[in-house]
Amino acid sequence: MEKEIESIGGKLVSCTDSDLGDVMIVGGGISGIQGALDLATAGFKVYLVDKAPSIGGHMAQLDKTFPTNDCSMCIESPKFVECNRHPNIEIMTYTEVKDVEGEAGDFTVTLIKKPRYIDETICTGCTTCVEYCPVVYPDKFNQDISNNKAIHIYFAQAVPLVTYIDESCRYLKDKTCTVCQGVCKNGAINFNQVPEKVEVKVGTIILAPGFEPYDPKLREEYRYGEFENVVTSFDYERLLCSTGPYEGEILRATDKKHPHKIAWIQCVGSRQVIPGGNSYCSAVCCTYAQKHVILTKDHDADAECTIFHNDIRSYGKDFERFYQRTEKLPGVRFIRGYASIMKEDPVTKNVTLRYASNDEGVKEEEFDMVVLSVGLTPPADAQSLADKFGIELNGHGFCKTNPVNPMESTRPGVFISGAFQGPLDIPESVVTACGAGSQCGEMLNFRRGDLAKAREYPVERDVSQEEPRIGVFVCHCGANIGRIVNVPSAVDYALTLPNVVHSEDNLFICSTDAAKHITSSIIEKGLNRVVVAACTPRTHEPLFRDTLREAGINQYYFEFANIREHCSWVHSKEQESATQKAKDLIRMAVARVSHLEPLQEFDLPVNKAALVVGGGVAGMTSALSIAKQGHHVYLLEKEKELGGTARKLYYTLEGLDVQSYLNELIQKVYINPYVHVKTDTKVIDASGYIGNFVTKIDSRGIVSEIKHGATVIATGAEVYKPIEYLYGKDDRVLTHLELEEQIAKEDEKLLNSESLVMIQCVGCRNEDRNYCSRICCSESIKNALKLKEINPEMDIYILFRDIRTYGYKEDYYREAADKDVRFIRYEPEDLPEVEDGENDDGKSVLKVTVTDPILGEKLEIDADAVVLAAAVVPTEDSKDVAALFKVSLSPDGFYSEAHVKLRPVDFAADGVYLCGIAHYPKLLSETISQAYGAAGRVLTLLSNDTVVASGSVAGVDESICISCGACIAACAYGAISFHETPHGKKATVNSVLCKGDGLCNAKCPTGAISLKHYTFEQVYSQIDAATNEAL
Amino acid sequence: MMCSGRVDMSFIFRAFAKGNDGVFVGTCHLGDCHYVTHGNYDALNMVMLSKKILTHIGLNPERIKIEHVSAGEGLRFAEAMNEFSQTVRNLGLLGQSEGIDQDALKLKLQTVTELIPYIRVVQNERLKVRFETVEKYEEFYASKEFEKIFNELIGDKLTQGQIISLLREKPLAPGEMAANLGITSSEVSRQINSSAMQGLIKFEENQKRVALA
Repeated sequence: MEKEIESIGGKLVSCTDSDLGDVMIVGGGISGIQGALDLATAGFKVYLVDKAPSIGGHMAQLDKTFPTNDCSMCIESPKFVECNRHPNIEIMTYTEVKDVEGEAGDFTVTLIKKPRYIDETICTGCTTCVEYCPVVYPDKFNQDISNNKAIHIYFAQAVPLVTYIDESCRYLKDKTCTVCQGVCKNGAINFNQVPEKVEVKVGTIILAPGFEPYDPKLREEYRYGEFENVVTSFDYERLLCSTGPYEGEILRATDKKHPHKIAWIQCVGSRQVIPGGNSYCSAVCCTYAQKHVILTKDHDADAECTIFHNDIRSYGKDFERFYQRTEKLPGVRFIRGYASIMKEDPVTKNVTLRYASNDEGVKEEEFDMVVLSVGLTPPADAQSLADKFGIELNGHGFCKTNPVNPMESTRPGVFISGAFQGPLDIPESVVTACGAGSQCGEMLNFRRGDLAKAREYPVERDVSQEEPRIGVFVCHCGANIGRIVNVPSAVDYALTLPNVVHSEDNLFICSTDAAKHITSSIIEKGLNRVVVAACTPRTHEPLFRDTLREAGINQYYFEFANIREHCSWVHSKEQESATQKAKDLIRMAVARVSHLEPLQEFDLPVNKAALVVGGGVAGMTSALSIAKQGHHVYLLEKEKELGGTARKLYYTLEGLDVQSYLNELIQKVYINPYVHVKTDTKVIDASGYIGNFVTKIDSRGIVSEIKHGATVIATGAEVYKPIEYLYGKDDRVLTHLELEEQIAKEDEKLLNSESLVMIQCVGCRNEDRNYCSRICCSESIKNALKLKEINPEMDIYILFRDIRTYGYKEDYYREAADKDVRFIRYEPEDLPEVEDGENDDGKSVLKVTVTDPILGEKLEIDADAVVLAAAVVPTEDSKDVAALFKVSLSPDGFYSEAHVKLRPVDFAADGVYLCGIAHYPKLLSETISQAYGAAGRVLTLLSNDTVVASGSVAGVDESICISCGACIAACAYGAISFHETPHGKKATVNSVLCKGDGLCNAKCPTGAISLKHYTFEQVYSQIDAATNEAL
Repeated sequence: MMCSGRVDMSFIFRAFAKGNDGVFVGTCHLGDCHYVTHGNYDALNMVMLSKKILTHIGLNPERIKIEHVSAGEGLRFAEAMNEFSQTVRNLGLLGQSEGIDQDALKLKLQTVTELIPYIRVVQNERLKVRFETVEKYEEFYASKEFEKIFNELIGDKLTQGQIISLLREKPLAPGEMAANLGITSSEVSRQINSSAMQGLIKFEENQKRVALA
């Protein structure tokens, strides 16, 4: 295409014609990626723009993710490829926004594509140029700990997987070197590239620029950059990572030795009202530091780890257990208090910390390495982004959002997702992306599908009659496999196996480029079966199956040999046997792939209606968002009125009038013609499957059936009814919700109390309920502030274990302390006591006794009221609902999402989604985010006419079926039944209901029923190959 | 496997027949099912029975190991595998360390393999138990009630099956059979009587040996 050259600010740029899309997402981290995938699947054309050379954001830099310690890159990178392959996603990296014009529904965004000095369409990502480049330069992706070259690929799984040249290049500086041009066989290097201006017209925008880690150089006392063995937590992530600066070895910069004694300092740049600090809590550091400790102990079981902390904020789902797991490890110390960095030993470069210990007073201690748990701060260019997009920032420099709709910015049509809202962790970044997506869908529903394209695959070639021709692709996974397993020898070995006609190795077989290469190899070499020996099918099987489809081969002719998790990672010290094991695994995979059969996936029609169970704020918000996108929604509520738990709330920390918000919401629900409300209604039976559910309900005694394609479970939670602290025995003892009600109703006696004591963690963080209820600290502080506002004379005490005011809520904690609310910490072994008694004036009071942690003495407080921060507990019927909809509960009785990090509002059961406090306790704004998120996920399903079901289902050979019914008894899905044949009744499988677990297969005495893709023949071939080396 | 409930008894004995010295079955934690089927209980039940069968044919039941490990418990999985490798290493070669020669071992495993369809029926009909904990399963499989069902419906069939397999090659005296199968001669006589009554074998009285009918 002929490009026009014009001059912008004295620099030459080339201009292309304007492009047309539906949504532009700025920021290609996990939040932007999720938003792009959801919207693209729901029928919109999406532009995904990132200023970095690759999509991925900060999550790509992390080693593992808490609290499951999943490998971060491994769960994120399949999404890169999915974005890359999606016909409705246009990825634009190394691209910045210049300006935005227009209004919601019709924005024109001008982008500047920075020059990579590489022709992206020609570069193969071979990295020969990187080897020859003479300029050694600190590697930004590895936090400048190790070096890279002036020309390099941003990181190994980058999308797009092409090189770029940064400003350290000698040619760009003084034209003294062009070695890369000389060695590039494809002539991809082009030093004449200039910035390119691109105009894109879109209807809505999602800003997902993420965050910036706090820079500890802002405060001298952290000695960062001065003492080399003081590192940040982001540096430490890279040190832990196998693709990091030392290939997964934790080494000190000074002597390249393993640090043995490591300290973490929490709240660096967070919870500080000082110049260079931030007043808010960064919300993620407590748990990521615990993750660091666990991983450090994995690397070196004898490592001594010390965490200097303030409150431990394990407020998220499963965080409390994660904390306990860390604390129980040998050689791990949690020390409550501040540690200051004193000095560096000039010889050993060890770092000395000074801290107040519990028993020995102020103490100095030397550490091999100190990790600063740095907080999250707004993106460096937040102000310029705000100016370009015409949105406002809040006092902390993050984006200003609507308190009851955290995805909404101050400008219509511009939505916000991820950590640009403020400190959020990964699941919340994903939830808000889904939620922002749903709101874009509401705005652009009229044009859904207009620009979208369906994915097209070549016609499938029937190879079932051909001899197997197997291709084996063995992956180095950077150094993950290649460093341990002798990959070339595994390739040679594969070639000796029967029916293997092609084998080769690859640095990263999951890269976009390598996947294309497999496709072309299948076509050129006439392969009809493929084995990839690399990592795990859990994350990467869909990608390789897709690769086969691209080449016109049935996707079930694919087999994975996991030579990373099952081999190189666990046998890192036995290279020879690891290589032998890799060969064994490849031999087994080859044997199995020879016996695989082509299977057909089938399209199921999708019923376009949705069912939402639970009419609280979560259910109503979700239902409305779905309805606004043109789908009928049945909203069920078991009580007589809509509203749920929010009926008991009157105001929020931020000052929202909850009741008027709620009434408005209820009105909107009733007015919307697409929402069909059924109160006083219970679910009595649920059957069906994704796209085609049938739910039987009892609505005020009338039983009826609802057919729907998607289900949202938003059944809420309850408040624990305390048995502690005289609750129920003395009416001066209340729960926090009851207090809120009394405040709202202006109960005089209460408001005139001289003294009021709040006790935190009642009914949770104990053996019965081993979790934190997340909201109670904020609730108590909210009530305390309200009481102080009404009656500033009242003495208010909050007895707590850890104050968990994560994020911006920290500011309210500080405000409460400033207003003389007294916070007294107690230990779980030494609980406060409440007794009926009299004060010195003979007035009847509640005597509260608690140990003062600083003085170690018992304090006695005379209180007029005691308020218990009672736990949030699952509803009594959640077990029944879980059983009906075949979804699972966590050990704490809340619903379990499909994946803690990346599928936070999906259930493992397809087509069923969740939101609200049924998932886990959360604040109103968080519930609303999740409700929009669930709606966004529902739309990815309901926007399509069909949904694909797996081909790996059971089938029956009627000639050997003896009609014993063992399979029917084994099937929990009711997928098998008898049907009449001329030879009597025989079992038959309803493929749509079959989930492919194969229980029937193991029960059938004659082998008449078998699970496709896991037949006896296929499994036997693998078992036989395991031992038969001469196969 | 998509679910440990698909792990078939025949997979286990196929693995032993192919010369493996140990078989490890990994499942999700009990009560923690990604389907709604709780197939891991079936796997546990099947493994417990397989251990009994292994014991019955004179092999060490420790050669089968079932562990419940979640995807998030890499360390525990590694520990379990290391421990099991050590167990199998200590047990030594299959058959050899139990004092069974290769031919007899082959015959025993073949007998089990042939009986698996029948064992499945017995398990479906009589041994379809479901308990909450591993301990309860262990209790049941150590109980008199189980022993009775096992001996009557499976144990005897296994012994008879082995006797018949032996006799397929040539007629043998009861003493020879006892030595071959590693069981007492009174047990052999009991099984011979029972098999004879079913008309499966006959006594060649003149030669004091038994042959197929």
